[in-house]
Amino acid sequence: MVAFKRPDGRKITDLRPMTAKVGVVPNADGSALFAFGDTIAIAAVYGPRLLHPQHMQDPKQAVLRVNYDLLSFSVYERKKPGPSRRSQEISKMTEYALSPVLDLKEFPNTVIDVQIYILQADAGTRTAGINAASMALAHAGLPMKDLVCSVAIGKQDTTVVVDLTKEEEDFHEGEGATDFPLAKIANSDQFTLVQLDGNISTDLIPAAIQLANDACAEIYEVQKKALKEGALQ
Amino acid sequence: MGMGISKNTQEAMKTLLEQGKRFDGRKCVDYRDISVTYNVSNAAEGSARVMMGKTEVIAGVKLTLDKPYPDSPDKGNLMVSGDLLPLASPRYEVGPPKFDAIELPRLVDRSIRESHVIELDKLVVKAGEKVWTVIIDIYPINDDGNLVDAAVCAAIAALRQAKMPGITEAGFPDYKNRTKQGLPLAKEVIPLSVTIFKLGNALFVDPTREEAEAAEVKCNFGLTKQGKKYMVHSTQKTGAKPFTQKELETSAVLIGEKYDELYDKLKKVL
Repeated sequence: MVAFKRPDGRKITDLRPMTAKVGVVPNADGSALFAFGDTIAIAAVYGPRLLHPQHMQDPKQAVLRVNYDLLSFSVYERKKPGPSRRSQEISKMTEYALSPVLDLKEFPNTVIDVQIYILQADAGTRTAGINAASMALAHAGLPMKDLVCSVAIGKQDTTVVVDLTKEEEDFHEGEGATDFPLAKIANSDQFTLVQLDGNISTDLIPAAIQLANDACAEIYEVQKKALKEGALQ
Repeated sequence: MGMGISKNTQEAMKTLLEQGKRFDGRKCVDYRDISVTYNVSNAAEGSARVMMGKTEVIAGVKLTLDKPYPDSPDKGNLMVSGDLLPLASPRYEVGPPKFDAIELPRLVDRSIRESHVIELDKLVVKAGEKVWTVIIDIYPINDDGNLVDAAVCAAIAALRQAKMPGITEAGFPDYKNRTKQGLPLAKEVIPLSVTIFKLGNALFVDPTREEAEAAEVKCNFGLTKQGKKYMVHSTQKTGAKPFTQKELETSAVLIGEKYDELYDKLKKVL
């Protein structure tokens, strides 16, 4: 392969330096911070708690309710506070990404609220948010089958790379940039988030998924380590 | 994914689909018949109606003159909106949009935008000051499943048929005196959508409403064909069940085959 230079000198398989910490919101039942380089997400879990209004309750299982948003000053052009169609979509996708690992049937008529906010955005915010939320759910002591790990695979022209920055997302040469955020159940082949924007040949999709598998294995170790450290405090 | 069908129907459907069979006799990977007609409204710059089985979706294209966005002063704008009208299904209600109604135009937007079929840099009247905004509005008229695939067909058909409005002396759009000139499109780029649905272990395409409600999860792909390669421009998995790595790899092959099939059905009318 031709030597491919990334702006920050990373190899194509390198994630940005990760930071992970639990217990960042003492009021919450569980909370966590997760960062990929300059992208920082915090997540707080409240619940399971009784869901109001009552007609929204599900007598068979808990409702997982995710709210993802960017803080207004997390991006250069100030983001108007409040939900947008983008944030509503990402919230929904995050619910789908996380719910397969939870035992929702254990808590009928309740809601598990997951609040995710992005403090600083440098691409990959939904994946950082999912990693933080997955840790926050574990930190809350909820019964879970496994952790969920998430990473955005990207493509610059025809090279598939791991964990794009904003600068890399704005790449316009050749085939341009592709953003392919994925989440998976850690010790499995089950993908719980699959989104894509850009321009990628179907031939490259298996390779991109393989990169995600390797990156998620690294993320999993970081999440686990932070959870263990949190438990000792 | 909805709750409009009984558990028994879902179970029966799952058993059949896992054997490769469907209630209406199609195979898992078969699309229904598709037809496209034009001129839903002569007030629109372009409009099209797509029938996919009993699903009917219309799309209209309108152009307005606006200021460009600060981050793209030398480009026109694209906007996709739409609504799930209570006209189209007993399941839809008046009121603020539910998630399905938010997702449909967003998926159409991404499949059109990321394919770069619209040459936005050719929609500039005066750089930094005045550009055309292309607005695609999508309305399902009868929802019998697979709205997104039908909506992307309708959108691209309406775009290809649309004609630029004139500009009055005062600098406003002249909708009554439309020019003969089409929109600046990359003619060889045909974005289409293929959505893969999953129930149990079965993957299938183009569900009826009943099948769509029985499905546990779906994964939408917007794609084009460039030479011999199929380029994916947008993807979104919707639903709480995961897709396995193998299912994603199978889907990546299947969407290319389905693209060719849809394109063959549509090329005469696009």
